[in-house]
Amino acid sequence: MTLHRVSMGMLAVLLTCTAAAVYATENTTMENGVPKPLIAMGQGDSCVEDTDSMRRNHMEMLKHQRDETMYRGIRTKQYSLKECINCHVVNGPDAIPVTVSSPQHFCRSCHDYAAVNVDCFQCHASRPESGLPDISHGSDFAGAAK
Amino acid sequence: MSRKVKHPTTTPGFDPVRRKFLSTMAAAAGVTLAPGVMLYGIARSTSAVARAPASAVSSDVRWGMLIDLNRCDNGCDDCVSACSKENGLQGHGRQSTDAQWIRKVDITNPETGASQSLPVMCQHCAEPPCVDVCPTGASFKRADGIVLVDKHTCIGCRYCMMACPYKARSFIHESLEDQKPHAPRGKGTVESCTLCVHRVDAGGQPACVEACSDTGGGAMLFGDLKDPNSEISQRVAKYATQQIRADLGLDPGVRYRNL
Amino acid sequence: MKRIIYSEIEGRSPQFYALAAILGVFILAALASAYYMEHNGHYVTGMNNQIVWGTPHIFAIFLIVAASGALNVASIGTVFSKTIYKPLGRFSALLAIAMLVGGLVVLVLDLGRPDRLIVAMTHYNFKSIFAWNIFLYVGFLVIVVAYLWVQMERRMNGYAKTAGMVAFLWRLILTTGTGSIFGFLVAREAYDSAIMAPLFIAMSFSFGLAAYILVLLATCRGSNREIGDRIVYKLGRLLGVFVSLVLYFTVVQHLANLYAAEHIGVEKFILLEGGVYTLLFWVGQVIIGGIIPLFLVFRPAKAGSQNSNRGIILASTLVIIGGFAQVYVIVIGGQAYPLNMFPGMEVSSSFNDGVIASYAPSLPEIGLGLGGVALTGLIVMIGIKLLRFLPESLADSEIDPHHAISVKSN
Repeated sequence: MTLHRVSMGMLAVLLTCTAAAVYATENTTMENGVPKPLIAMGQGDSCVEDTDSMRRNHMEMLKHQRDETMYRGIRTKQYSLKECINCHVVNGPDAIPVTVSSPQHFCRSCHDYAAVNVDCFQCHASRPESGLPDISHGSDFAGAAK
Repeated sequence: MSRKVKHPTTTPGFDPVRRKFLSTMAAAAGVTLAPGVMLYGIARSTSAVARAPASAVSSDVRWGMLIDLNRCDNGCDDCVSACSKENGLQGHGRQSTDAQWIRKVDITNPETGASQSLPVMCQHCAEPPCVDVCPTGASFKRADGIVLVDKHTCIGCRYCMMACPYKARSFIHESLEDQKPHAPRGKGTVESCTLCVHRVDAGGQPACVEACSDTGGGAMLFGDLKDPNSEISQRVAKYATQQIRADLGLDPGVRYRNL
Repeated sequence: MKRIIYSEIEGRSPQFYALAAILGVFILAALASAYYMEHNGHYVTGMNNQIVWGTPHIFAIFLIVAASGALNVASIGTVFSKTIYKPLGRFSALLAIAMLVGGLVVLVLDLGRPDRLIVAMTHYNFKSIFAWNIFLYVGFLVIVVAYLWVQMERRMNGYAKTAGMVAFLWRLILTTGTGSIFGFLVAREAYDSAIMAPLFIAMSFSFGLAAYILVLLATCRGSNREIGDRIVYKLGRLLGVFVSLVLYFTVVQHLANLYAAEHIGVEKFILLEGGVYTLLFWVGQVIIGGIIPLFLVFRPAKAGSQNSNRGIILASTLVIIGGFAQVYVIVIGGQAYPLNMFPGMEVSSSFNDGVIASYAPSLPEIGLGLGGVALTGLIVMIGIKLLRFLPESLADSEIDPHHAISVKSN
């Protein structure tokens, strides 16, 4: 009986440690025993809307705005995805902005925690363009005249 | 309880200070706006005008291109390089699956041996077959005539590629990274020449046209086909121009001269 | 006529489980292929910017077209009131559903963005025949399920004829739509023709019946249920009629194209100079899929003789092989021929303008396609085990209304 209790207790401790180890990655922090995501601050003073409203509504905002931009050509700076990415930049250890493949990317820091897939960066660039090497090859591109 | 509003003078009827203020403001506004209105009028007639970002596109404008083949060199591909650079088209060394938005086509008359070279890209038809066949409506024509693919809705069925008579569309066959922020493109969707819509919306012209006039033969001209004062309209009215496969009745926005 | 008794198969023999396991392996292989293609991007397949639809679409189109035709047998029994076909109706509907699901799964898994299936089912551009087809396919599934229900639920049998008529008309529209996917394309010389729709209708009759014959005979043999010679003979002759119909439309299509000077190029390509496509057309489609089955089915052989039954099984197999060849020539051959943007001129570019596009099926594509066929088989197997689709006996004495008379007159 005692052996059973001891082994159950050890199992519980082991599981908790494992869970803590898994959760306490560079991306999360423990607050009162609850893991919370580590979200990097953006540049500039404030976002286009207040934080609470952005957290709740950014998906609807993005979805609505993308149709406005695509179909009606509306490109206001306030709701531009490019500007979101320009502001919410996270630099990696080499001081170069990280792409979405790094868990420290702004969007991933929360989306990984919430386990919601982010589809945007299959097509959209996940970091600002300036300062990056030009990867499109002008001369050895297939379309070059022979 | 009524509040007494303080006035600098207590004349019944009108307030001269206010009147003077309003008239000064009106004059200032007039002085500020008038040159703008004039410039707007001039700008509209010369080249693409930057639409206010918050305003929607309208069908008052139809963007088109005119390519003069007498000035298009057989060996020159400045337009192709400019397009790939502008839009981040990455060559992977796989010719049959690498994307091409614009290409130089060499045509030779087998009987006479006469040959020509011309750039072919999405022709931005007025009646695009690619728009008709898209099952989800991702392939669409904007009000100002630019034909685009809404990658948010594209399911990658490639039916539009079957339907395009100009083979203008490419399918993205691999994962992409570090796309140009102004030209989003991703695996599993279809894409084609966007007429550099990000540039056009900002009042500029497509990268290929710019490259052609800067370093190429100066063969390409971009402008508003519906504006009678634009250079492209005047040339199209003056000279004979052709459309590729005009027999299909698609009314492309890209016209060729001396084809 | 005697009352037909339907029952489930027992489905507990080692052979049943072994077959299910084999089909399961093929399905897993297809899922792996689909994941491989979707994860790496389509550059791992043989499809490219010139040949945009490849082997998966061959399988998918064949299955979808045959699905529509497989329902034909049920329609002949219900709508056209041919008594001897009535017992075959439930199995015909099951096979139709199974083949359509198999074809659709292959089609969806080959999409560039299969994760956007919900988008495809909620955003419709009704000017697109493709969108109409999605709508028609889903509707077909619903209608055939309803048709099955009114056949299988005794109290609803009165509605069977209405349901059968609706299903018959719906699938004619559906197959017309499938043919029009190609027929509405003005850009491609091989397709731009109104005859694609009736050609596909004929193909659906032919392929669907051939598939039905093979699956029915295999199922009866596998579950030890008797099948009479009379019904096999009639199905065989019907197949012959449908094969002739396909040959007729093929002849008309090519003759009309040959007459117009502007289409000589593509006709020369398909009929003469196309290499593998020419071979598949003449040997695969016309000879193996057309002439030999006609001979096998219509030659004088006593109904019920070994030769006759074997001949019909062979004919059905050859029709299916020829059917794949035909779809291959239509879909891939039609894309391989270059677009004629500058009539009369020789064209070359860095984007394969003016040249015949080359294509070779790749392993992931074949894996995905075969998985669709395996899924069809598995659905049929599960269906006949769970519900009463299969009559206990299809012997002449049970189902043939003229059997007693012919026996008496002997």
